[in-house]
Amino acid sequence: MSIKAYESDTRPDWCPGCGDFGVLAAVKDALAALNIPPHNVVISSGIGCSSNFPGFIKTYGFHGLHGRPIPVAIGIKDANPNLTVLVTAGDGDEYGIGFNHMIHAARRNDDIKVIVMNNEIYGLTTGQLSPTSRLKQVTKTSPSGSIIYPLNPLAALIGDGATFVARGFSGQPKHLSMLIQEAIKHRGFALVDVLSPCVTWYDIYDEVRKLMYKLEDKGHNPTDFYAAMKAAKEEEKLPLGIFYRDETKPSFQEMLKEQIGDGRWASKSVTPLNSETLRELEYEFS
Amino acid sequence: MAQFESVQTRKSLLTGDEAVAHAVRQSNVDLVAAYPITPQTIIVERIADFAASGAFTGQFVPVESEHSAMSACIGGALAGARAFTATASQGLALMHEMLYAASGLRLPISMAIANRALNSPLNIHNDHTDVMGSIDSGWIQLFAENAEEAYDRVIQSFRIAEAVNLPVAVNLDGFTLTHSTEPVEMLSDEAVRGFVGRPPKRDSLMDEAPKSFGLMSLPDSYQFFKEDQSRATTGSGVTISQVEGEYAKLSGRDHGPLKIFGSGSKVMMVMLGSYAGTARTTARQMKNGGEQVGVISLGWLRPFPERQFLDALEGVETLMIMDRSVSYGAPAGPLASDVMSLLYRYGIKRKVIAVTYGLGGRGFLEEDAMKLFRYAEKSGPSFESFFFYGGE
Repeated sequence: MSIKAYESDTRPDWCPGCGDFGVLAAVKDALAALNIPPHNVVISSGIGCSSNFPGFIKTYGFHGLHGRPIPVAIGIKDANPNLTVLVTAGDGDEYGIGFNHMIHAARRNDDIKVIVMNNEIYGLTTGQLSPTSRLKQVTKTSPSGSIIYPLNPLAALIGDGATFVARGFSGQPKHLSMLIQEAIKHRGFALVDVLSPCVTWYDIYDEVRKLMYKLEDKGHNPTDFYAAMKAAKEEEKLPLGIFYRDETKPSFQEMLKEQIGDGRWASKSVTPLNSETLRELEYEFS
Repeated sequence: MAQFESVQTRKSLLTGDEAVAHAVRQSNVDLVAAYPITPQTIIVERIADFAASGAFTGQFVPVESEHSAMSACIGGALAGARAFTATASQGLALMHEMLYAASGLRLPISMAIANRALNSPLNIHNDHTDVMGSIDSGWIQLFAENAEEAYDRVIQSFRIAEAVNLPVAVNLDGFTLTHSTEPVEMLSDEAVRGFVGRPPKRDSLMDEAPKSFGLMSLPDSYQFFKEDQSRATTGSGVTISQVEGEYAKLSGRDHGPLKIFGSGSKVMMVMLGSYAGTARTTARQMKNGGEQVGVISLGWLRPFPERQFLDALEGVETLMIMDRSVSYGAPAGPLASDVMSLLYRYGIKRKVIAVTYGLGGRGFLEEDAMKLFRYAEKSGPSFESFFFYGGE
């Protein structure tokens, strides 16, 4: 599949230099590499700069409410498990107002892939405190510096039973594409946290470049829970890569199929229209 | 010369959001818990700035959602604090279940709503669908026509809420008011502090005798709580008027339950919020040309100012009621339905034209107001009496 197959007519309205461009390129690259046709992909998003994502790629998309893309994605996946279902949203959406949904999706091992464009700030509303903003960070809602500890989404998700947890960087789209491909191939819930800097309100490009390293270069074993947790809690440097992967747990959708069979109408393939059925339809509705 | 105690005032150029933030800064507020959402964001940011500079002495808590914002205000008010929040659109919708908790617990909480359309489709611009979805949540609902009125009503809201033990929302139109800069004559900090005082002592979690709040009430008692609450809301108009009257003595500004222009005109346009100014300017021009048109602009919607509204109907033949929200499948929009049930209840017959307009930020200019006034003037029995108006 060519990357061109996913090109949308709508140009992103992100600021020049926004990290989200790298994420868009990586998602298209990953889908092309895995040969998933655009009509078999659904992207659910919330509210925020990054949540405009489904408009900028030619797949099915749903631009929903702030914090709620995960429940929508679960509904889609349950109704039609043949679809590749992605969630694209920001840290305000997924780590704040909608974080409870993420924990429960991870616990159920729902077969959806959550890609969070994490810029540690509310970008669309022009620079307020986010759940991943750091202690002492000065924002428009913390002018004297934040006195709230930031969330550690990776540690939280690994701890709460997520079966695939990774972190990428929008400035490394090839590496990010690899992570997204692995997430899509994984059977069950996947979180890909992407450091996607906001050039307008909180530019951390230099810092990420200075501190980042790749876990796979250090011989990290992603099936080792405690090694994953240790990497997630690392503060001096910034590890990228697959932190944790547990292939032993079946997904919710697999277990559902075991219980109820594959009787869901939405998952049934549609018979292609031939001239005979077309004539029948014309007769019926004439 | 106006008959009011001359307090020191300062004419400032402020947006509606900034005016609200200043009102909160001056009103001895103990707790602000809020979450940013366009077009309310600047209220929260300014309060955060005031807190950082020491100009606001209460606590500012940036919570993780509007549901938490309202919940924190409920907790704060239970602990005896004067609590404030601000929101808009989806934020108000997310607060929905807690709005009922605040009013059912009879907590004096104040809130500014920067009115904005609801999803779907996604739209960040102004209309009244957000507040109309919450209109029956038991909050006193006041509407401002301009930034200065928003400032005044927010200051008054604390006194009103604490006097009647009900939460109060002050509505200001998103962008039209929140983001437009207007002259606002602010009162001095001392004058406002003196006016609002400190919250009166009430049963709270801070008493020495432990108490529980919000417990289960079964069929033997629940309805009686609701009846009390309903009576308190309907009866709150007297207190609101008293507070407005006292404030008028300080400021010279008495917004009241409704503003009437062209009293007794044959056609009256009934409006909520900032677009009333456009209708009034148009009516003035038309009146100068000899046409019998006027405007009723409602400053209170809950409680509905029944008596004052009925008094305004003397000589009026046609009411054109302008709704900036839709009550899907209903006989008319929410404001029109309110007015029609009021007329019916008192056996008063007037021709009613219910118009839905201005959804999702759709503009309303003088030419639109004129077109609608002319339609109402000519309107006969065969004319459409419930329709959407979207301009050209």
